[in-house]
Amino acid sequence: MNKKWLWFVAIFVLALMVAGCGGTAEPTAVPTDIPAPEVAPTDAPAPADTAGERPRLLLATTTSTENSGLLAEILPAFSQEYNVDVDVVAVGTGQALQLGVDGNADVLLVHARAQEDAFMANGDGSRREDVMYNDFIIVGPPSDPAGLQGMTSATEAFTKIAETQSPFVSRGDDSGTHSKEKAIWAAAGIEPAGDWYISAGQGMGAVLTMADEQQAYTLSDRATYLALTLEGTELVILVEGDPILFNPYGVIAVNPDKGAHIHADLANQFIDWLISVPTQELIGNFGVAEFGSSLFIPDSNAWRESQGMEPHSN
Amino acid sequence: MEVVALSLRVSGTALLVSTVIGIPIGAFLGLRRFVGRPFVMALLYTAMGFPPVVVGLLVYLLLSRNGPLGQIESAWIPRLFTPEAMILAQSVIAVPLVAGFTMAAVLGVDPQLQQQIKSLGATPWQEMATTLSEARVGVIIAIVAALGRIAAEVGAVMLVGGNIDGRTRVLTTAVVLETRKGNFELAIALGIILIGIAFVVNTTMLILQRQVSK
Repeated sequence: MNKKWLWFVAIFVLALMVAGCGGTAEPTAVPTDIPAPEVAPTDAPAPADTAGERPRLLLATTTSTENSGLLAEILPAFSQEYNVDVDVVAVGTGQALQLGVDGNADVLLVHARAQEDAFMANGDGSRREDVMYNDFIIVGPPSDPAGLQGMTSATEAFTKIAETQSPFVSRGDDSGTHSKEKAIWAAAGIEPAGDWYISAGQGMGAVLTMADEQQAYTLSDRATYLALTLEGTELVILVEGDPILFNPYGVIAVNPDKGAHIHADLANQFIDWLISVPTQELIGNFGVAEFGSSLFIPDSNAWRESQGMEPHSN
Repeated sequence: MEVVALSLRVSGTALLVSTVIGIPIGAFLGLRRFVGRPFVMALLYTAMGFPPVVVGLLVYLLLSRNGPLGQIESAWIPRLFTPEAMILAQSVIAVPLVAGFTMAAVLGVDPQLQQQIKSLGATPWQEMATTLSEARVGVIIAIVAALGRIAAEVGAVMLVGGNIDGRTRVLTTAVVLETRKGNFELAIALGIILIGIAFVVNTTMLILQRQVSK
């Protein structure tokens, strides 16, 4: 066997893989006067530099906004209007805020009011605005062994679950939802423990599936629950509408003092756009066609004003 | 399809980088005896079993804007949440694999051959080339093993790439996302593509290996 032939094949296979997406390969965001490092010495045609240097806004957000499909629905309008690419990094609320602290993101869309306020107080952000809220619901099996149907208070419902020792699946992962659950237990003055309290350590979808299988109760955000109803879950909504169950989202511009790489102007444009009435309308309409109800309720000051409501007090 | 192309580009480039770096390291460790070599070998074997997600975490902290490399403005240092950062992470995962398997293959070459080559007056470079060509089956296995590891890897690319739609989303991270969303059909379809790619690559390498070992 000819050795040269062998090397040719091996290099060809690799070159093919590297060139696999010549078309989508994009130049890194580097100053244009410095030549970008060659990725690999191949004879493949160089990636077409068609995109030019469109600015990129890095948005760190929680998984709920991306997994629900909200951002995919509304962001193209912003990209088009302002000629900006928005890179969405969907992580937990804690990591999203940390990305801001470290100056790795330009703008944050998160739901953890206390932590957001601390973020602002530390000078990590230059501006914060209310955007929208979604709400949590208490779901359970249709047989409803704890008899929650018709209750309006989340804390009373949790007390009932604990008293009857009905199985309850907790996220147990320190997520925003888990924090909310712990807050409700604390408000009810209960330290949940025992065979009936199942700490899953998993995401919302997995926890809902688990609750469905085990005929257990759980606390869920409405968007994930509604998405799962399309997959045929038996769980039903038992308690909703209690103010403690509201989950407000805020948008924060990262302080430009963190470095010249922070796109402060773009971040401000993005915030102005996000809280404007037309965008708020887009948010309110999202999901209505599919689920029959809004997944996120618009709640910016501009929106509240347009609806004749009082602006936020803060 | 964009997702497939990016997966191939990231893992292919990382494989190329780790082959170029890993094979000489492996050959050197296999051929030369020096003080501290057993220690370096132990380190290498440890690195081969290093959890990819930990590599991802380290690269993440390194490239973060307040990390040691993130503060330097240079075209040669990849930014967090870019394909280049993913290539870096996958290369770090793959280099010890390529080096380790290459070393094992080189160690498996008949020591007498080495003596012969030397007695014929070969330069160290010629000695390495001849030994590697003798150990070529093992070297190919090294490359395949590395590709299998990085193409199937999810934790590190999720951390350093950020799973950005149309930019850093690859097959494995897309499977995670679609599963979380409850889109099991799409998740399975993506998984099948991933398995298909692994099958094609491994079959190609197997054929190559048979040709070579003739």
